Amino acid sequence: MSPLSLALFDILLLVSIVVLAWTALTSADDRRSVILFMAFGLVVALAWARLLAPDVALAEAAIGAGLSGALLLAALRELPSAVPSSGQALRQRATQGTVSVLSAALAGMLAWILTAHFEGPARDELARAVATHLELSGVSNPVTAVLLNFRGYDTLLELAVLLAAVLGILALGPGRAAYRPSGPIFDALARWLTPLLLVTAGYLLWVGAHAPGGAFQAGATLAAAGIVLRLAGSEWIGLPHDGAVLRLVMAAGVGVFLAVGVSLLVLGRPFLGYPPAWAGALILLIESAATLAIAATLVLAFIGGRLPTEADRKGDAVTAPAAGAGANPDPSDNGEPRPC
Amino acid sequence: MPEVLSAVLIIMGIAFYLAGSVGLLRLPDLYSRLHALTKADNLGLGLLTAGLALQSPDLFVVAKLLLIWLAILAASATSAHLIARHARRRETRPCPR
Repeated sequence: MSPLSLALFDILLLVSIVVLAWTALTSADDRRSVILFMAFGLVVALAWARLLAPDVALAEAAIGAGLSGALLLAALRELPSAVPSSGQALRQRATQGTVSVLSAALAGMLAWILTAHFEGPARDELARAVATHLELSGVSNPVTAVLLNFRGYDTLLELAVLLAAVLGILALGPGRAAYRPSGPIFDALARWLTPLLLVTAGYLLWVGAHAPGGAFQAGATLAAAGIVLRLAGSEWIGLPHDGAVLRLVMAAGVGVFLAVGVSLLVLGRPFLGYPPAWAGALILLIESAATLAIAATLVLAFIGGRLPTEADRKGDAVTAPAAGAGANPDPSDNGEPRPC
Repeated sequence: MPEVLSAVLIIMGIAFYLAGSVGLLRLPDLYSRLHALTKADNLGLGLLTAGLALQSPDLFVVAKLLLIWLAILAASATSAHLIARHARRRETRPCPR
């Protein structure tokens, strides 16, 4: 492709990103904002692909656009659709003003860092260091080599952050009740899509060793399977029924990572300093556990709490006899025929 | 020859996307807009996929492209159905035209 048409594409991409971000933030309708935000995520994923960062592009498309969008839409259902009072509107405007000023400052700072960085000669010591040691890492995808081997600490701590987040979600109490069954057509899609998503997650996990992919992308895909099941009206959404097993799965990412690190310490190697001959197998082991943990965390985030138990459901029936489990009255549905 | 065929297929695909987008913006009611968007885009994506498949280095890539097309066909048909059903339940009337 000629440089001119690529430059045109890049300009189009940049303009779309800014326009989508702006319309998502300024839209008066919350649902429209969320959908514009999802479109924004997809275009940002394209931008990452153009920057030759397919791993980040995959993660952005799966987590930034897909799962965040699903989480935001689920959260939107819970929000009251009341018109804000004048005091609230004033406070909202004050918040928006503060956020705008801070965002502008951040953008200015980033622009300054970028220009300062590009003034000097290109700095690629880190990239070259990764390339020279790639053979010892046990994988041939440099991103996975950095995430799981050279900078394994960072990924371990990221998984610990996710574990802390899911503990916070569980502390919110029982999650939302299952949705009502969605009808035969969506059921058929769910039946067809769920196995496909499971296979894709396994593929992304496996391929991460030598091509874009890995635990985060695979975990997000696995979580997408859970969310599809949830939207189809399933209550258990593929999570283990047994609470103890579920907790084990949630802790598996950090647990297996730590167990590998400590075992290596016992064997007289540095913490997470894999022997090159074993590195590939150990990375696959850690990533498999991390995939399950990430997927369980994301699905629980979508439910917005722990899985409802029998006792919770009885409580629901007593406190809200009119609503019933899984009913979702549409607040905007007033029974009036609407014009086209 | 495959390059020419590929380019023709991709340009045809883009034309369908363009038609679908014009329909989304110009048609009078939700049902006809949905119809324009899903039908035209599905065919547009099919042509685009066929064009890209002609350029792909091996059959594995072709299989992945085909799978993407089928997945989007199923997803867009289902979401069109869900949106239309939701609108019907809320009794949004089709435009008399």
